[in-house]
Amino acid sequence: MRESLIFDLSSPGRRACSLPAFDAPAKPLTELVPQDCLRQHDADLPEVSEIDVVRHVTRLSQINFSVDTHFYPLGSCTMKYNPKINDRIASLPGFANIHPYQPASTTQGALAAFELLEQTLCAITGMDAFTLQPAAGAHGELTGLLLIRAYHTARGNPRRKVIVPDSAHGTNPSSAHLAGYHVVTVPSNNRGEVDLEKFRAVLDDEVAAVMLTNPSTHGVFETNILEIAAMAHKAGALLYYDGANLNALVGLARPGDMGFDVVHLNVHKTFSTPHGGGGPGAGPVGVKKALEPFLPVPRLKIVEREALSIERKNADASRFTLHAPRLAWDYDRPQTIGKMRSFYGSTGVLIRALTYILAHGDEGMRRVSEVAIINANYIKAKLKDLYDDPFPQACMHEIVFSARLQKKQGSSARDIAKRLLDFGFHAPTIYFPMTVPEALMIEPTETESRETLDRFIAAMRQIAEEITRNAETLHNAPFTMPVTRVDEVKAARELDVNFVKRDA
Amino acid sequence: MDYIPNTDADLSAMLREIGVAGFDELVAAVPASLRKFKMELPSAMSEPELQRELGAMAARNQPLDALTSFLGAGAYEHFIPSAIDHLVSRGELYTAYTPYQAEASQGTLQLLYEYQSLICRLTGMDISNASLYDGGSAVGESAYLALNAHSKRSRIVVSGALHPEYRQVLKTYTAGMGTEIVELPVRDGVTDLDALAAAVNENTAAVLLQSPNFFGCIEPMQRAGELIKPKGAWFVAVVNPLSLGTLRPPGEYGADFAVGEGQPLGIPVSYGGPYLGFLTSTRQLVHKISGRIVGRSVDTEGREAFCLTLQAREQHIRREKAASNICSNQSLMALRAAIFLMLLGKRGMREMAELNLRRSHQAAEAISRVPGFALKFPRAPFFNEFVVTCPAPAQTICDRLERDGILAGLPLGRFCAGMERDLLVCVTETKSTADIERLAEALGRAASGEVQP
Repeated sequence: MRESLIFDLSSPGRRACSLPAFDAPAKPLTELVPQDCLRQHDADLPEVSEIDVVRHVTRLSQINFSVDTHFYPLGSCTMKYNPKINDRIASLPGFANIHPYQPASTTQGALAAFELLEQTLCAITGMDAFTLQPAAGAHGELTGLLLIRAYHTARGNPRRKVIVPDSAHGTNPSSAHLAGYHVVTVPSNNRGEVDLEKFRAVLDDEVAAVMLTNPSTHGVFETNILEIAAMAHKAGALLYYDGANLNALVGLARPGDMGFDVVHLNVHKTFSTPHGGGGPGAGPVGVKKALEPFLPVPRLKIVEREALSIERKNADASRFTLHAPRLAWDYDRPQTIGKMRSFYGSTGVLIRALTYILAHGDEGMRRVSEVAIINANYIKAKLKDLYDDPFPQACMHEIVFSARLQKKQGSSARDIAKRLLDFGFHAPTIYFPMTVPEALMIEPTETESRETLDRFIAAMRQIAEEITRNAETLHNAPFTMPVTRVDEVKAARELDVNFVKRDA
Repeated sequence: MDYIPNTDADLSAMLREIGVAGFDELVAAVPASLRKFKMELPSAMSEPELQRELGAMAARNQPLDALTSFLGAGAYEHFIPSAIDHLVSRGELYTAYTPYQAEASQGTLQLLYEYQSLICRLTGMDISNASLYDGGSAVGESAYLALNAHSKRSRIVVSGALHPEYRQVLKTYTAGMGTEIVELPVRDGVTDLDALAAAVNENTAAVLLQSPNFFGCIEPMQRAGELIKPKGAWFVAVVNPLSLGTLRPPGEYGADFAVGEGQPLGIPVSYGGPYLGFLTSTRQLVHKISGRIVGRSVDTEGREAFCLTLQAREQHIRREKAASNICSNQSLMALRAAIFLMLLGKRGMREMAELNLRRSHQAAEAISRVPGFALKFPRAPFFNEFVVTCPAPAQTICDRLERDGILAGLPLGRFCAGMERDLLVCVTETKSTADIERLAEALGRAASGEVQP
């Protein structure tokens, strides 16, 4: 049975909160503010009791797929397990209940956490400095491109163009456009990598940046990355790293060593912070030294080096101190691009990422990418006889199949995705990258066991067989969800995005 | 510690099935030179060690529970009903992602649809998206939308009383767009409307006003709207959603877009984030707003069902032609706000907003009676924040009160030249009469310490 809308549960006079009484003489409001500033009618919010709200939201939660309940191999999104210790640490009052404008003397723990996270992200990526301000991956991209714009502008010419491969995430061209750049798309070759000759042909001295995802969204490593970096730098362009696929590289190789000048990370992917049904994430941006002066304000600065410095007991961690020197925010940065958001960053998300990184250490981090890559190649090996595998080489942390064989038989990537739900698996990313027809982009992550992968593989094989037998039946999948396929055309044509009133 | 179920034995068996001799064969494409590096992260920690070390780090901060704080300025200490934390901790909600597969995500989708509807009812606007990042970036985003909707216009007029960080975001966001940003002067705590009338021209894409503004003052939004409309510019109202429990909503004074910081709606101050950017518009602009939007539709059997809609606006379809690049949003924060609005309900929202209004006026009166202190803008109406002029530099006063565990407010000299003696004081429903008396007494002591050393 479907859950009513909260508005349908409303009954006049019910309430779910109590507030303190005003314990001083109460004047009429109009003596405090003029009548024309005041709201004439109460907002038509629901009148419900607490138990109504708790049951309503709990019931709705029960008709959702999630990492905690289902294998969720949504490619490019790195739906790995979200360790619960991370939430516990972020919820401590010392982090969750401090105001951003509190004096630095009362927030040294938060500043130390930010400092340590910046240092560890530098170590993981091979970059020189990080800003933790961006709120998501796309926000990080925009930050990075504005940094690149400021860098070139300081050298006399902001330049006009940004090169992105045809396999890029849609956010790449979109961010480049918002930063005021003309987007030039370069095609991929038959190995799913950037076509070097075509890249050379579009590279000139008006190119401000080359944006790459490595491994690319085809799930394969850009084998020519060092040559691409050299070519870009020779033309005076900067190399931008889209960190969406960093889970393939943590502990294995570093974008900074490949020649990338600017990187953004998605901590909700690589560093396990919960995806929250769409967010919040965080998109820290790392840069090489030459771009550091342009980073958003404020930056952390060390006020007093000797104070409070307690070395970690492990000798091998001497570069890092959990109890950092006395820190403060520095707004006096004449070349800064400015600010990308209010305050400093999504602290609650960043603390979770820091907790995750500190749990792993070098060896743990190396194992993340190793197992992510083995898990993806295992799926590839077990399904490539049934699903078209467009690229011959080993994949990295995700495998992109094309359902073009199934399409010929009468079922689409969408049908396969919907049918998978019946088996208790969230669907892969479909129809992306756009370079692969009927794409099925599968990212298992390192936190899934072999048994889970085997069950998923069995389901994919059974679906391929169902399509061979009778492709028609899949058009109606899923069969076991709370609703059948949702009419997206009607949703767009007869737009209802704000509940006004129930039809009589 | 890691979170990897597969053992070495599992992995060896899997590598055999893949048909390679070892892991290195899978990553042969990675140049050997790139694999020679040292990360030197701190040594891995067990869960008890994480609890101890990070617990110690948290303990070096002084949370608001241990202080008496009158800080606001874009981040507000408010009552958060217990049921919110309980409900958003459900893994089914917080470990899901964007509801691309509608049939397996009806919970998230319905809750976001309810969020959109609740925000519309609160703001009086027709359309809400499913969230942006925060207040500052919502302001930046509104500029993108206005410039996109008015593609021939390149001027944005902004009140000098808009939060200075939001103004800075606006400038940063538009750095590559050739946008002319005109900042309006502030007179007696509110935007100078004569200057506004002079600044808005046929090339103006949008006018941005915040109410209550950075100084806490309620702006003459109705009159501003009347000046903006004839020029065809979009009127962007930046509002505190909690204030709308008692203040006139933007839908009633002609705003085209209403945006702002949703943090007051059940989201912890959390040192500045994650927060909630909200974005609403009139029905006319529905195809111009950015971000995810959830629509109510039906399934193939005619049952009510929800899905993401109007995706043709978004970056994954339109790429460089999209008005915005937003992908991930702040869905879980939107959920917190939705549950907050459900729990507070019709009467609770009014009561809480009125309590803020009364407490802040009670405090303003008490501080005005302290010798040497005066309201900076006595003629401007305010909601839960106001500016006090101190008899000494506001920073000095604050430093003194900090020793008594009181955060007296935000010294404004840092943001506004010439306002070194001005203090922005915020008083929410979390403060009692005793807290206010304590603040007034402490201010009196701090001032007399200054005048008579």
